[in-house]
Amino acid sequence: MTTTAHRRGMRMAATAAAIGLLAAACSSSSSKSSSSSSSSGTGGPSTTAGGTNTASATGITASTITIGSHQPLSGPAAPGYSEIAPASNAYFQYVNAHGGVYGRNIVYKYLDDGYNPATTVTDVHQLVQQDNVFAIFNGLGTPTHLAVEDFLNANKVPDLFVASGCTCWNNPSKDPYTFGWQPDYTIEGEIQGQYIKQNYANEKVGYYLQNDEFGTDGAKGLDEQIPASSVVSRQTYDPTNINVGPQIAALQAKGVQVVVAYSIPAFTALALGAAAKLNYHPTWVVSNVGSDVPTLKGLLGTAGSPLIEGIVTDDYVPNSGDTSNPWIQLFKQIHDQYDAKAPFDGNVIYGLSAAYTFVQTMLNAGRNPTRDDVVKVVEADHYAGGPYLVPFSFSSSNHQGVSGTQMGTIKNGVLVTTGTPYTATDTGNIQPYTQAPSTPPANGIPTASS
Amino acid sequence: MTDTTSEPRAPAPDVAAPTGTTPPPSAAVGAAATAGIAVVALALLALLSQVHGKVAPWGIAGLAVVLGVTAFSGRVTLPASPLLRHLLIAAVGGALVLVFSDHVGTFSDFQIAQVAYFVPAVAGLNVLTGHNGQLSLGHGALMAVGAYTAAVLMTHQPHVAIVVLLVAAVAVTALVGAVVGVAAARLRGPYLAGATLALAVALPELATRYRSILGGEQGLSLRTLSSPGWLSPSFPPERWLAWVGIVSGLVILVLLANLMVSGRGRRWRTVRDDETAASLVGVNVPRTQVNAFVVSAACAGLGGALYGLANSLANPAAFTVALSFGLLTAIVVGGVGSLAGSIWGAIALVYIPHLTNSASDHYKLGTSVKGNLPLAIYGLVLVGAMLVFPEGIQGGLRRLGRAIPGLRPRAVERR
Repeated sequence: MTTTAHRRGMRMAATAAAIGLLAAACSSSSSKSSSSSSSSGTGGPSTTAGGTNTASATGITASTITIGSHQPLSGPAAPGYSEIAPASNAYFQYVNAHGGVYGRNIVYKYLDDGYNPATTVTDVHQLVQQDNVFAIFNGLGTPTHLAVEDFLNANKVPDLFVASGCTCWNNPSKDPYTFGWQPDYTIEGEIQGQYIKQNYANEKVGYYLQNDEFGTDGAKGLDEQIPASSVVSRQTYDPTNINVGPQIAALQAKGVQVVVAYSIPAFTALALGAAAKLNYHPTWVVSNVGSDVPTLKGLLGTAGSPLIEGIVTDDYVPNSGDTSNPWIQLFKQIHDQYDAKAPFDGNVIYGLSAAYTFVQTMLNAGRNPTRDDVVKVVEADHYAGGPYLVPFSFSSSNHQGVSGTQMGTIKNGVLVTTGTPYTATDTGNIQPYTQAPSTPPANGIPTASS
Repeated sequence: MTDTTSEPRAPAPDVAAPTGTTPPPSAAVGAAATAGIAVVALALLALLSQVHGKVAPWGIAGLAVVLGVTAFSGRVTLPASPLLRHLLIAAVGGALVLVFSDHVGTFSDFQIAQVAYFVPAVAGLNVLTGHNGQLSLGHGALMAVGAYTAAVLMTHQPHVAIVVLLVAAVAVTALVGAVVGVAAARLRGPYLAGATLALAVALPELATRYRSILGGEQGLSLRTLSSPGWLSPSFPPERWLAWVGIVSGLVILVLLANLMVSGRGRRWRTVRDDETAASLVGVNVPRTQVNAFVVSAACAGLGGALYGLANSLANPAAFTVALSFGLLTAIVVGGVGSLAGSIWGAIALVYIPHLTNSASDHYKLGTSVKGNLPLAIYGLVLVGAMLVFPEGIQGGLRRLGRAIPGLRPRAVERR
């Protein structure tokens, strides 16, 4: 059968030919796109007041700083979280319109990973190796970002302000380029646990946790404060399975009076709905990441919105419903101008605040920073004057982020804070923070401090 | 299934030619010419690999096209022994791709690695469906088995050799394939598809059920492959990943190609075409079905292990039903039953999401549309291909070859 053999042989050789052709075509097109997006070294230095801009690092040119991110713009984590990156981009556009950072425009490329870590890996490879970004900013999600943390550190790419409260980002010896931003789930759990211990001392407590680090880290913090005898039920859910009825029924069966929920918004809404169906009305204490009021209202609809009343939660930046707060007024103005299509909610505040931190960082880093310079600047922790209710905890041995939060209750659709903010570390040490919150700078753009 | 060729220089069919006769002089010249061409090609390749810049990738691609057309044209005589023939083609093709990967950027290397991890899975599904007639919608789950086997092994033995990792993944997935194959041996057509679909949906859930061993939603991480000592320290890990993928893919393709021309392959096709007739001539139909499923599963397991290594992660969200549908689309796009078609299909699988993302950005489609566009495209392609070009890209290339004057007329494909 030499003839069929011939054909097969030809096919295999044609294969090699076509792989070559296709890959060549794709490699040439990819290099074209990388030269059209910003890359270092194009254009010479440009002079602005106070000095000359040079292309001091990959992703920085004389006129632009390019950063990248991976975000769940679609998929199970999209409700709410998909608003964060556009809000950050709105703040960057505002800064660009007011002279930029040392005259450079911030270009923010965020790619959709659908909350699927495999897609995150492709996206981040593209951003770092093809688009040559200066840093990855605010990469969202614990399982998603874990998939790329090693790659970023191996390639010495600054991995700034990860949008996740996992304690995994605070590991400077292993991952020196990675920094968290929000209070991690253990710190949040400790402060919430203390609140529950003080206000619900004799009630039965149950946990409703996401089945990953988000849930386990939160539980670690809660367990440090809440006596073990009070916790009568621990339920978990998977983001791929929307039927949480069994977990809620189990909590009800054990007579749980206070449910602590470490859940993303979609699953907080599902839990509230399931409990209502079972005519079960415990006190809900929800993690900050899953308790944003406008997001939950959107998920539950008008009929379900009353379920949100009375939820106990926490926040570490001003609440979007607090219209008298000067930060909210500044953010609303920026939102209305650059991100008007999005609802004005906690996700937008999160995005704007994280972007504010990045701009503070780049201003502190000087006119022509390298990637390593930026890492040192973050560790130097000069972030006074931002919208955060408590300070950061950055140092050369601590890459965690905002060091605490403030408890509050949802009343009439708005989060009303109670008591003072608290700071904490992963091992406890909860302290009240009594300094007055800062007010925004006049033009809404931070000044450098070093 | 029968060969109807008009081969001017073909010796008489196998059944008549006694073994051990000296080949006719023209065939001997042909063999020498082929060897000569292969040597020249490799020398050119070595030359090109020394060149820097854009010239090298284009030069290699051009060389590949020339070689492909030469082999296709029938002007060269390839070795008569299937094993040698496949090894020669794999060697030349592999050398081309390996040198090519050396001259493109690290992101392109990563994309080559992505294509490389789909090739075994698509090829396995291709031979199962094209040569054995079983339709499986569960190969995404089998890839998951391979990925998780590699991940679990790496968790317990962090410095295990890659070869051990890949062989273990293949073995475990083959075992799972045997179990599934036996369970599904009596099912045909849509019932088999349904049963494998159930597998695709249910299997990733095991990871969340056995969270302590299988890592739950977070998945299990795999240590990033670092290039071995004998390569320079600046050798990018993505390129090493691409090389591992290319070599593994070629091994699988050679093995499958040999299998398809062997007696076993013929038995598979016999069962595919008419089970009753097959059993009448003495073919053990259920055993053939199970064997085919095991081989196919083993290939998918290798693909899954490479997938896990490329992403440094094995997690349930990566192995959804969408992946199984994607694999099915890949075999249709490439050409069902064709091993070269598996490569086109794998390339399509990697580039369709890339293209839909660019298109969505260009036309400013909403994010929910953008996220689901690949899946919609898979469906459209499946329907469209079945209606309009059922032979896929490989069939299209064949027809193109027939249309070009000067090239030998291609015979009707044995299907």
